[in-house]
Amino acid sequence: MSDEPLAHLDTHVEELLAAVEALNSLEELIASEPSLVGKRSVLSSLQKSLGSLSPEERRDAGARLQEARRRVDEALRVRRVALEQAARDAELAADYLDLGDVVAGGVEVPLGVGHPGIVALTQYALEEVFVGMGFRVEDGPEVESDWYNFEALNIPPAHPARGMWDTFYLELGEPESVVLRTHTSPTQIHLMERAVAENSLPLHAVMPGRCYRRDTPDARHLASFHQIEGIVVDRGITFADLAGTIDTFTRAYFGPDIDSRLRPGYFPFTEPSAEFEITCTLCRGEGCRTCSQTGWIELGGCGMIDPAVFDAVGIDAGEWSGFAFGFGIDRCAQMRHEIADMRALIENDVRFLRQFS
Amino acid sequence: MRVPLSWLSEFVDLPDSLDELIAVMDDLGLVVEGVERVGEGLESVVVARVEEIHVIEGADRIRRVVVEAGAGPVEIVCGATNFSVGDFVPLAPVGAVLPGGFEIARRTMRGVVSNGMLCSGRELGLSEDHGGLLLLDPSSTPGELLTSSLALAPDVVLDISIEGNRPDAWSLLGVARDLAARFARSLRMPAVATPQGEGETRQSAQVSIEAPDLCGRFTLSLIRGVRVGPSPEHLARRLTLAGMRPISNVVDASNLVMLELGQPTHAYDADRVGARTLRARVARPGEVLTTLDGVSRALAQPGRGLGDSGEDLVIVDGDDVIHGLAGIMGGALGEIRDSTTEILLEAAFFDPMTIARASKRHGLRSEASHRFERGVDPELALFAAARFVQLLEESVPGLEWVPGPLDVLGELPERSRVSLSDHDIERALGVSLERATVVRLLEGLNFTVREEGGLDVIAPSARLDVRVGSAGRADVIEEIERLYSSTRMPRRTPSWPQPGGWTVAQTLRRRAREVFCALGGHEVWTPTMVSETHAALTHPTSPRIRVANPLAVEESILRPSMIPGLLQVFARNAERGLGDELFGEFGVVFTHPEEAEKTRRARGGAGGTIEVELPEETERFTLLLARPGDDARRAVVTARTLLARLGLDDLDVESIGEAPSGWHPSRYARVLDTRSGVELGRVGEVDPELVRGASPDSRRLGLVDLDVARIVEAARIRERDSRVRVPNRFPAALMDLALVTPNEVGADQLRRVLLRASSLVESVTLFDVYRGDSLAETERSLAYAIRLTSTERTLSDADVADARRALLEAAASLGATLRSTS
Repeated sequence: MSDEPLAHLDTHVEELLAAVEALNSLEELIASEPSLVGKRSVLSSLQKSLGSLSPEERRDAGARLQEARRRVDEALRVRRVALEQAARDAELAADYLDLGDVVAGGVEVPLGVGHPGIVALTQYALEEVFVGMGFRVEDGPEVESDWYNFEALNIPPAHPARGMWDTFYLELGEPESVVLRTHTSPTQIHLMERAVAENSLPLHAVMPGRCYRRDTPDARHLASFHQIEGIVVDRGITFADLAGTIDTFTRAYFGPDIDSRLRPGYFPFTEPSAEFEITCTLCRGEGCRTCSQTGWIELGGCGMIDPAVFDAVGIDAGEWSGFAFGFGIDRCAQMRHEIADMRALIENDVRFLRQFS
Repeated sequence: MRVPLSWLSEFVDLPDSLDELIAVMDDLGLVVEGVERVGEGLESVVVARVEEIHVIEGADRIRRVVVEAGAGPVEIVCGATNFSVGDFVPLAPVGAVLPGGFEIARRTMRGVVSNGMLCSGRELGLSEDHGGLLLLDPSSTPGELLTSSLALAPDVVLDISIEGNRPDAWSLLGVARDLAARFARSLRMPAVATPQGEGETRQSAQVSIEAPDLCGRFTLSLIRGVRVGPSPEHLARRLTLAGMRPISNVVDASNLVMLELGQPTHAYDADRVGARTLRARVARPGEVLTTLDGVSRALAQPGRGLGDSGEDLVIVDGDDVIHGLAGIMGGALGEIRDSTTEILLEAAFFDPMTIARASKRHGLRSEASHRFERGVDPELALFAAARFVQLLEESVPGLEWVPGPLDVLGELPERSRVSLSDHDIERALGVSLERATVVRLLEGLNFTVREEGGLDVIAPSARLDVRVGSAGRADVIEEIERLYSSTRMPRRTPSWPQPGGWTVAQTLRRRAREVFCALGGHEVWTPTMVSETHAALTHPTSPRIRVANPLAVEESILRPSMIPGLLQVFARNAERGLGDELFGEFGVVFTHPEEAEKTRRARGGAGGTIEVELPEETERFTLLLARPGDDARRAVVTARTLLARLGLDDLDVESIGEAPSGWHPSRYARVLDTRSGVELGRVGEVDPELVRGASPDSRRLGLVDLDVARIVEAARIRERDSRVRVPNRFPAALMDLALVTPNEVGADQLRRVLLRASSLVESVTLFDVYRGDSLAETERSLAYAIRLTSTERTLSDADVADARRALLEAAASLGATLRSTS
């Protein structure tokens, strides 16, 4: 046994590092690992030879050996990453396909029966009724400033009515200044602003779209859902026109034996406001559990556009009047297809999806 | 709000039929959400005295009990054991139907006939207790009806939902007023006390307002000779029916007044209020109040709400000690104790917005704050104090309400004044109502109406929701419509000359969905709010758009891509062995304003006074091809088919540039519309590393990801040239050309050059690609089928030869040469 067990440590380390560098494949690396850093490695045998040293010498030598081991381990790690990357590069290179060279006639695509989403299907059916009644279909953004989602709709900050909409706020700008829209109503504001800017009133539009409310999902609610909203701004529009429009739509979409009725409600952006109810589609008005024996189920809200909203967008309430209404697309789908639990809509189980065409 | 009908009927005569009442309330917008019948099913339950208790042989859970219920001994088999001989218990005789519909029949158990049932509190619907029989007062009389023994008048409690613009309806009197107006019946006001006794209040107590904009009225009554104890039974029961717990006669009187009139009041132990003085002032930063719920609250701290400066209104005493958060909740300092003999009663009006902000900021909602933030009638305070005294006198006769209660005013909202013509009503409602009807309805709600040509209408003080000007007119018209009845309103379906229809984008979207389904696709709906892990799959370094108040951390980032969502849909279905499908989603993805190509700016901030930056929203069609055999090739063909159906059949599929994260780095291409140069989207495969995480096997997953706005843009450009070419009738010459082409030249690029090489070229179609031994690695052979025709004549051999030469020259310009056939 030599007096200085680590006399040749540096040479050993250099040899080991060179060996690591010389590894050419992952397989080689895995095969060589035990002899480079494992129990059979030169570093392990050096470790064993430290037993003969005094405690101070052993501490000192141990530290040097540990540093040597760290260098070799690190080299091995770097090498492994490089070899893995090289293996992936090689795999990807072998996989290379110039997609511009794909010959359409040379690719067989299987035939299959496809299925639109139930929300789109329901939305399209609703749109078709409204387009038939003379409405344009319009889209709007899902993220809005507080102004569009609330204030322009006559809902100032901290107004108790805000409790009607549990809101998701985004971490953008001032706190609570940017929201995921809680209803499709901000699109009304965009459309009215555009109509004023383009001097293109009257306005007759429906606005379907995705909305968000901070409700814990349950059988009847999802945190994201779809609404369709309608707006008419024209000369001489009255509450009677609103009631008639709701009624015509109800019969066209749900069937001629489905009636509608209005009862007073409150929305800050309409005055007078009303909730609209339709004949229960399950019992046809006879009274059942779904409608709590009343024969009616609530579908949505509506009302005459509040003068404060006209003010916010610069429409002269003396010349123009209008109404707005809105209701849930998913809810219509739920009623029409008797879906007990709304959460099935976001499960995306193909056995659910396959039922729609 | 819970409305016991026995209480409501003190203010107005109700119709006999409950169904009629509910229908009318619904029609008035006082929507009945629940009906609770109290005491129903107890009509035949009587008081019984226990005479004998016997063991039944062979039964250890039941005993034979003999009771006296006024008509001789009755034998009952009973399982309860919490009573002994001489106790008074409720007996449901044979034939009784208990709450919940349980009918009592004569039964035989272990050979013993049971002639009825002795009942627990829960069986009678009177309490939750089911540990044993309900033990009754020993002074009861056997045979007496249980309802009279317990003074349980059968009652109905309606649970009604009050709309946000009906501050006046948050009280029984308010509900009664609506009904009185609808039925044209009279409204009975509750009895109130008048001040009496020695001296003047101002000699012993003081009140002041230091924030007149936040506190519009502060009244303070001094009440002497108080003895704190339980409320009389009928008042306690009234509170219970209305959903509040009886506490003591003083607290109960305050709650009864609030429920009855809508005016919250606060009673202080006068001896515990410094200098018997109360002041309303704004809290200063650094001040702290421990409210009655035991929570210590830092005051005057700005809140998270938009424009919330942190203004708190507090009630302090003569020593400037804080006694409560005005209109929301008091502190423990001035609380009524059993020993209290003199009280100071606060009845005030606070600015609704101040209360609303503070209530939200402190996360503290109370029955009082609920009413103040909607707007309490500013004229109600002293009437409420008088009613408080009246109610308290029932348990404390000889109470002294010191004359001259203090009444200090700050800034009170004015009653709105609105002019209204018959035309206004007809213009809004589409029906002309008789003037007398309108006046009767409005006066029924305490509106002051004067007829001067049109109507001059002044809103009652309880209706702070009624605005002025055209908005106020709409508010008044709503009241007319509501009281007259929505269901009686006429209906008229309007029509207009402008046609309905869809935008170009919507039409394309509809068509794309159809093609997607025709290709066998399943449309899915994946979450908009995703986890960091999901976002990082495709966007490792982009700034995140975070939700400030997510429901769960896994749903806290607006999705930058739909690919991870689709992968998850595939993975979940694959777990069930149902993953072999084409999945697709039509939805919006979001880009942080910092990274947006075109930052969206919109009016925002409190009052809409500033411009805010919003995320960029991009609508995409994202398709995941997960059937066996699906790969990038199928993705290309699918994308081409879909786009061709949208009128975009001339595309450049360019496999150049680095693939984005999540995509297969060497099976990726951008798709461009050749004519406009607009980049429509991307095709390729999912990165094999991600596939390993999502798929049970090592299949390939194809991807198509298209940008809807770009498709619309390209389609619009394309639409400008809607000319159709009539195919010519001369025969075509067909020719195949195999061209050895450098890898960097795209097949579409070369095709386009060939198409323009000669006027005779009608079409060029790629039909084969060859790479292999005879060719260098830097090139491949592209074989095109070419149709040549002329609009003027049948082509000659020379024409074809010329065209061929031109085609080869054109090919040469891109470095492509004819492949030798040897």
